[in-house]
Amino acid sequence: MAGSTESARPPGRAKRGPAMEVFFRLKKSPLAMFGLVVLLALVFVAIFADVIAPYSYSKQNLAHMFESSSKQFLLGTDEFGRDILSRLIYGARISLQVGFIAVSIALLAGGMLGAIAGYYGGWIDNAIMRVMDVLLSIPQTLLAIAIAAALGPGLFNLMIAVGVSDAPNYARIVRSSVLSIREMEFIEAAHAVGSSDLRIILKHIIPNSMAPIIVQATLGVAFAILNAAGLSFIGLGIQPPYPEWGAMLSGGRQYIRDYPHLTLYPGLSIMITILALNFLGDGLRDALDPKLKR
Amino acid sequence: MIRYIIRRVLFLFPVLVGVAFCVFTLLYITPGDPARMILGDMATEEAMNRFRQTEGLNDPFLVQFGNYVLKAVTKGDIGRSYVTKRPVMHEIMQAFPSTLKLAAFAMAIAVIVGIPCGILSAIKQYSFFDVITMIFAMIGLSMPVFWLGLLLIILFSVQLKWLPSSGFDTFKSMILPSVALSAQAISMVTRMTRSSMLEVIRADYIRTARSKGQKESVVIWVHALHNALIPVVTICGLQFGALLAGAILTESIFAIPGVGRLMVESIKARDYPVVQGAVLFVAVAFSIVNLLVDLAYAFINPRIKAQYK
Repeated sequence: MAGSTESARPPGRAKRGPAMEVFFRLKKSPLAMFGLVVLLALVFVAIFADVIAPYSYSKQNLAHMFESSSKQFLLGTDEFGRDILSRLIYGARISLQVGFIAVSIALLAGGMLGAIAGYYGGWIDNAIMRVMDVLLSIPQTLLAIAIAAALGPGLFNLMIAVGVSDAPNYARIVRSSVLSIREMEFIEAAHAVGSSDLRIILKHIIPNSMAPIIVQATLGVAFAILNAAGLSFIGLGIQPPYPEWGAMLSGGRQYIRDYPHLTLYPGLSIMITILALNFLGDGLRDALDPKLKR
Repeated sequence: MIRYIIRRVLFLFPVLVGVAFCVFTLLYITPGDPARMILGDMATEEAMNRFRQTEGLNDPFLVQFGNYVLKAVTKGDIGRSYVTKRPVMHEIMQAFPSTLKLAAFAMAIAVIVGIPCGILSAIKQYSFFDVITMIFAMIGLSMPVFWLGLLLIILFSVQLKWLPSSGFDTFKSMILPSVALSAQAISMVTRMTRSSMLEVIRADYIRTARSKGQKESVVIWVHALHNALIPVVTICGLQFGALLAGAILTESIFAIPGVGRLMVESIKARDYPVVQGAVLFVAVAFSIVNLLVDLAYAFINPRIKAQYK
């Protein structure tokens, strides 16, 4: 693979590593770059929430209930007089955490099962994939709701519910890439020099099947955040006073006629986050697609 | 073709039993004592023991699961609600028509809006219309259905006072929920139609049709569309399942008495047999829709038909 890109490279351009090559192609898509910038900004905000947020997320101030935007409270205050901006900033921490950890759970569980199924084939493959088929025949949001209902509310349970419901998708993707790579000559060569199965899976198969997984994982984080917000919205996710965006929306719902700003800003935060991740995922898909590679 | 249909229908059964198993297990591991939930706090230990005995709650897990499936298949009995004490099936059947109507309306909107937008986007690739449509499709995909629902309420019922914000009995009251629910499906259908159309437009047989002097409108709307719609049908089937699940959130926003709201209220009331029944019911509905879509797919795609002659 390295040889072919090298020969295709026009003369006079510096040699780039594979990651830089992808980034170079990603840079050409303004929407993907918009997504990346927004995502990095959100990660920054989430990490430094304690420093950036003007107030604490739970500090009530009953003298300032339902205020609209002002110098003191940039996005206004909610039904307990809590600063909405500060709650959104802390909410970014929760949402991103849920998104990334849920996808990690899905990727680890699903990816592992998919790799085993694809690598060993036969009855192992059949057994694993039939179970995945069953899970895939339940709509993903519904599965997450069912798991969350069984486990009960809470941040950790929310991550598990969203992650487990997403795992079959990764099992399918990893299995199909493993199947196509398994037959290649360099795997045969690795067998011939006496590499163990585990080493072949970890060192050769997984790195070579990364492209579709990265794309799915990026879009998966978006879906996980959306799903988690939905679960919190119906009361299955994070409980008050924690400032999860979906829970904030749900809390502001009853005041929608008089104080729509309580629902406006949390919804906007969710949408911008998901939009950024979707743009980035789409851009990555194009950048990583070998068919489009020059 | 008949063999293909029979195979697909037979394959449905193990999947459904698997789904029932997952759902049953989830309820089984849920903390809480069914005997206490049904008989109430006043029940004596002796009465609860008798109840457990007659209801088979002391049986091993697999026996209980077997009985659950047996009763569900032979009598359509999937337990009793802890709260209303009525059969779960009865509760679901009362709620299901609203959910089905909501999902069907949303699907109809998605097809009516999504397919033409996708075709126009593909014909005029990279035009202003295409770029705007694709950005809107992405926004639609990223829009949480519960937020869009609330925005529509703020705009159309609170500010403009045009449409009611709850209920599902009149045509007017169905507009907002159906539109809110359809946003994601519209985006999916548009994107899928566009990409599948783009692929087909470059095919050799389209060039042949053009070079023999066929009118451009016939080339696009007859020759190209016929093949381009095949993957769109699959997406519509998958979207229908997503709509059934999305209806859960939509129904609780617009106070629609459907399966979704029944599920959410039951979760809040810890009425687990109803939760279990509702999840199972929606999953079964989803599987059946997917089966029908697969069969329709085989019907419109001669390549699959040929495999099973």
